[in-house]
Amino acid sequence: MVHLREMPDHLREALINQELPDYGDTPWVTPKPLNECRVALISTAGLHRREDPPFTPGSADYRIIPDDYDMDQLVMSHLSTNFDRSGFYQDVNTSFPFDRLSELADEGVIGSVASRHYSFMGATPPTVMEPIARDLAKVLKADNVDAVALVPV
Amino acid sequence: MSGLAHYLEDEGIPTTLIALIRKHAEEIKPPRALAVPFELGRPLGAPNEPDFQRRVLRDCLELLEAESGPTLEDFPDDAPGADVDQEGWACPVNFAAPVQDMSDEELLTQTLLQEVSLLKPWYEESKQTRGGRTNYGISGKAPEEIPAFFASLVVNREDTPSPIDDKPAPLAFKQMADDMRYYYMEAAIARPDGRVTDLDIGNWLWGETTLGKVLVEIRDWAMESENEGFKALATTAMVPTHQRHRTKHG
Repeated sequence: MVHLREMPDHLREALINQELPDYGDTPWVTPKPLNECRVALISTAGLHRREDPPFTPGSADYRIIPDDYDMDQLVMSHLSTNFDRSGFYQDVNTSFPFDRLSELADEGVIGSVASRHYSFMGATPPTVMEPIARDLAKVLKADNVDAVALVPV
Repeated sequence: MSGLAHYLEDEGIPTTLIALIRKHAEEIKPPRALAVPFELGRPLGAPNEPDFQRRVLRDCLELLEAESGPTLEDFPDDAPGADVDQEGWACPVNFAAPVQDMSDEELLTQTLLQEVSLLKPWYEESKQTRGGRTNYGISGKAPEEIPAFFASLVVNREDTPSPIDDKPAPLAFKQMADDMRYYYMEAAIARPDGRVTDLDIGNWLWGETTLGKVLVEIRDWAMESENEGFKALATTAMVPTHQRHRTKHG
């Protein structure tokens, strides 16, 4: 397994101890009760519909993943070679748990599944994504999304 | 990931997230985070384990019920199969030993084409077992169209023209390299085995195929190239960390 604890020491240390931006105090919004929340997924795995343009180095934008898309047609064009993709080859839910989210809506754990989900490409530093992320928040509100689950890769 | 949470929450959207690197969540302090002890690339733990995946996502979502924050919790269990010995996996195709002579462009092209051809039935079989699903197709080129470009990159380096009109050579290379790795790796997992991982297939692809040799060779010169596009890719986006011992620069 390419688990953190099995990476070569110097590379693991470089990854874990990389310099991180200071985002300041943690913001906090009290959500609706979970079983009333309409939830969207946001991935940073560089996922997109097969027909969409692939992510390129430095991409700070996102791709929209509509809820009625055939998720088995999602492809991954993340820049990094440093994470496992064999799990994703076998099951899209390993990194984009759309089916699991739908099941949790059916079980009543969450209120409902949003009609649109999103993916960024996480090799780009989040600070570069800031204006786009802030604009995305407005889109999410307009779409009546009550909460988002952020899923890395 | 944690940075995005700050921006979104600051704009009024409640967020929760999965953290694969706990220390980053500790330092960035997103409002709500579930730290998981899984392999990078597998935030939900393991493929084809719907019950386990659902537990992970549910635990992550239930952080939205916390009264105050930031809150960082740990998912208690390792991924299914994480402790299984990996010795059992083997690629369905046996290749001849990889080409050693990296100066013969025609030999490299033909050898790569032969690998593509030998893997084809397994790639198709693998795709079929997943209901037609494949990650191949980032570059827009068929696998048979790629070997000549790669062979030229080995021999002629930066002087090789881009085979894709609107993309510079480094980007064209990156997308085709991703496609070729997808093609080889999907073929390699044709025999269903949920426990196979990146390291198993990586050791095969980078250690036992001519494609692997070719990609290492390109990385070796790209690290010293004055072409900024190739050099930038070479540092982080050509060879996985667990295979860098095969390269000149590590």
